[in-house]
Amino acid sequence: MTTVFGIPVAVILGQLTLGLVNGSFYAMLSLGLAVIFGLMRVVNFAHGAFYTLGAFAALLGLQWLGINYWASLVLAPVAVGLVGIVVERLLLRRVYGLDPLYGLLLTFGLALICEGSLHQVFGASGQSYPVPPALAGAVNLGFMFLPLYRAWVIAISLVVCFSTWFVIERTRLGATLRAATENAPLLQAFGVNVPLLVAATYGGGVALAALAGVLASPIVLVNAHMGSSLVIVVFAVVVIGGMGSIFGSIVSGLVLGVVEGFTKVIYPEASNVVVFLIMALVLVLRPTGLFGRE
Amino acid sequence: MKLRMLTLAALAGLAAAAAGQALAADEVVIGDIDDMSGVYADVEGAAGVEAIRMAIADFGGTVLGRKITLLTADHQNKPDIGAAKFREWADQNGLNLLLGGSNSGVNIAMSKVASAKKVPFFVIGAAGASLTNEDCTAYTVHYVYDTTSLANGTATAMVAAGGKTWFYLTADYAFGTQLQNAASKVVEAHGGKNLGAVRVPLGAADFSSFLLQAQASGAQVLGLSNAGTDFSNSLKAANEFGITKTMKPAALLAFDTDINSLGLQTAQGLTLTTGFYWDLTPETRAFGKRFFAKINRMPTMDQAGVYSATLTYLKAVKAAGTTDADKVMAELKKTRINDMFAKDGYIRADGVMVHEMYVMQVKTPQESKYPWDFYKVVKRMPGEEAFGPITGLCPLAPAPK
Amino acid sequence: MRLTTVLYALLGLFALCVPLLGIYPVFMMQLLCVAMFACAFNLLLGFGRMLSFGHAAFFGSAAYATGWLVTAHEWGPGAAILAGVAVAALLGLAVGMLAIRRQGIYFAMITLALAQLVYFVCLEAPFTGGENGLQGVPRGELLGFLPLKSDLVLYYLVLAVFVAVYLFIHRVVHSPFGQVLKAIRENEPRATSLGYEINRYKLLAFVLSATLAGLAGSLKALVFGFVTLTDVDQSTSGEVILMTLLGGTGTFFGPVLGAAVVVTLRQYLSDLVGGWVIAIIGVIFVACVLSFRSGVVGELAAWQLRRQKPSPH
Repeated sequence: MTTVFGIPVAVILGQLTLGLVNGSFYAMLSLGLAVIFGLMRVVNFAHGAFYTLGAFAALLGLQWLGINYWASLVLAPVAVGLVGIVVERLLLRRVYGLDPLYGLLLTFGLALICEGSLHQVFGASGQSYPVPPALAGAVNLGFMFLPLYRAWVIAISLVVCFSTWFVIERTRLGATLRAATENAPLLQAFGVNVPLLVAATYGGGVALAALAGVLASPIVLVNAHMGSSLVIVVFAVVVIGGMGSIFGSIVSGLVLGVVEGFTKVIYPEASNVVVFLIMALVLVLRPTGLFGRE
Repeated sequence: MKLRMLTLAALAGLAAAAAGQALAADEVVIGDIDDMSGVYADVEGAAGVEAIRMAIADFGGTVLGRKITLLTADHQNKPDIGAAKFREWADQNGLNLLLGGSNSGVNIAMSKVASAKKVPFFVIGAAGASLTNEDCTAYTVHYVYDTTSLANGTATAMVAAGGKTWFYLTADYAFGTQLQNAASKVVEAHGGKNLGAVRVPLGAADFSSFLLQAQASGAQVLGLSNAGTDFSNSLKAANEFGITKTMKPAALLAFDTDINSLGLQTAQGLTLTTGFYWDLTPETRAFGKRFFAKINRMPTMDQAGVYSATLTYLKAVKAAGTTDADKVMAELKKTRINDMFAKDGYIRADGVMVHEMYVMQVKTPQESKYPWDFYKVVKRMPGEEAFGPITGLCPLAPAPK
Repeated sequence: MRLTTVLYALLGLFALCVPLLGIYPVFMMQLLCVAMFACAFNLLLGFGRMLSFGHAAFFGSAAYATGWLVTAHEWGPGAAILAGVAVAALLGLAVGMLAIRRQGIYFAMITLALAQLVYFVCLEAPFTGGENGLQGVPRGELLGFLPLKSDLVLYYLVLAVFVAVYLFIHRVVHSPFGQVLKAIRENEPRATSLGYEINRYKLLAFVLSATLAGLAGSLKALVFGFVTLTDVDQSTSGEVILMTLLGGTGTFFGPVLGAAVVVTLRQYLSDLVGGWVIAIIGVIFVACVLSFRSGVVGELAAWQLRRQKPSPH
């Protein structure tokens, strides 16, 4: 076995590959967060809860209604997105004019409600969601067996992230969105229904989180707390990438997933905190984030 | 200003209301603190509470003319919650017996409370052998099984079968560490080698990166030093990543419920050690059927154990004629325990309830003839062999010279 | 004003008589420690307008320091508490220096990140006992003669410390330092233009808040006899925010009321509704943010003020 600094190359590559899988999730989740923050200046602490809801939607959809994985990939995000729109209209709307900290606290409270309720109803230990038969099995990469499903996750999240970036940066709809970020009243004066746009944006960002949740269900156990441990890391990713930057959050997500994987090889226990270390550094040295443009 | 007064009064009222709880007047209070909703919820959990109720009912519902009450709480795998609840019950509810459910970390914390408050403390679900060594108290009884017996059973069997090099996937708290240590000792004593370990947080969602590290070690045996859903998930992931092709998994702690959720297809061939199996004797089968009628599952060793423990305690109280902790403990250490759970079991000076343990192998789907027909007995270990000699680490039980 | 004094006196009397009233002293001590923590947090949030998302780091690290010194090194409780407070103060200084550079959400995020690092250290450091925590922390004897093992003695000690902390915060807010802080809170650019070095003031407020939070943590370690990772984790940080918000930021009694409500809810409700407590706390959180922003005490005070204003003569 060839080694690099005494660590077998196979091990490094294996962890990096797994890191890429995690990074895909980080990228998708931070993308949603960045979109929401960019337009609404709301730090959506409930993002993890929507991710969890997406996973539960897939699980319960299968258990109660027999909806299979492929249908869930579309239905779950739509359902959760609608929930998001309702939340935005009823609750978030009321804190727009205030100190942004209130938006943070409101979404924090929402996350608690969601997590607490799910915990109470379904227990803490989680249930498993079966890998769809078409994606079962593993690919022998030589240095590791990579389950086909995880390769699929990397692929689909790259597609989704790139498409979202493309829509926002290169299409007319995206231009309207970006204009709303910069000068909402003016845009409203031009006849664009800004409140609708805002609601749709929140719904869209949240739907992305739900999609990530569906993708995650065959990998991790679907449980009430799957979002809360993830959301803190995702926040760090968004801050590192630059809070309003779509591109920044995608790239940071992927890179940080890989960095985490690498840390697992050298100092496994620190893999949980390496992201925070980097975030603290970035905030001190380059406060707007690596790609931020505030 | 009146409203402020009202607020302050309300505050005072709230505090008083929550803080004061009636002391159980002349009842015998049994408490059960367990993981009711987390990783270990199926091992004992709510079904275990039913088993306790069965025992209380079988005993007659009263002892020494006093009604028997049961209090239950969910420690959520947090030592602070378990210990605080135990202390509160001892201070405020006149607790006479505490049954400790899963999670060695929580039980170690609770054993300190048992010692301080002088309440008999029967550890049912937790495995950590330190409870009868460094952490022993005059009131602790380790009733069902411990890490020593698990290692002596499973590790010995697997080394003998050719698994000489081991790498461990360890749950990162008292239980995992102690189980890993116990197994490592056995492996080395039988001429094997421990290549290393990776610590995994309790309840981890994704084992893939840890398993890759295990595979990189090149060991023959994957020592799974975890339990409950951690165990089933890590085994499933090991299969998924093809690790079981090159490493043999060692189920250092597995319950019937785990085998049930994994299915015999995945679990076949696993070697494990248990203190109880429903299909061993006519008495165990009778208990099993009664339990199944209520719960729709066969009892795990913890659930059968907590039933037996409750009865053992109540019998001791009756014999001693009092619920005074010291007198009951003295009575307990004199008695022989003979019921469907243990034959000729006895409680040692360090608190271990010495009884027969069984090394089992999980049947193949073809060998299994009816539901819950999971195991075939590979070896019956007499209690002294399973639990080993007194180590002398417990000040109450010096090692025999 | 006189009525407030009467009310405080009544409350003080109640607090002194708690053991006689048959109320569980350990519960009251828990309440006092948590209320102290909330008051310390409010110094930063209510009076300094800085939202720290990782305040549990100071609470918990002091608890670990005290617990460890008493268990492994057999220090006396007094010295151990002082050491714990010192640890919290130093940590507060370190975190403050990094966090003060940014404002608003970024400030909150930095405190969050640094708190996660503290959590990690507490998880990995050999002396903290990791997931098992520090167990069996003895209470010892204060100053060599006061047996803290007695719940009664410890209760009065904790009560005394709580009153001292409360008065101290009152003093700080009404001091010249407090006035400058108020100015910074209300109009930062103006304060800068007046020549004040705002970062220095903010840092001092941060360190004070961290130190007092540490005091609460050290006491908690002795009261319960154990320190676990819960004391440094995200949920504890979140809860103290909730308590302060619920009771009323920018008031003195608010955090105490908030702490009392949350602790009582947890204690009482969890027996009744089990795990729904988290969800219910979330609902209260949301309600507070939407309509109850000045918290219970704040709303009451404002309502009272409106009532007292008769039609203009």
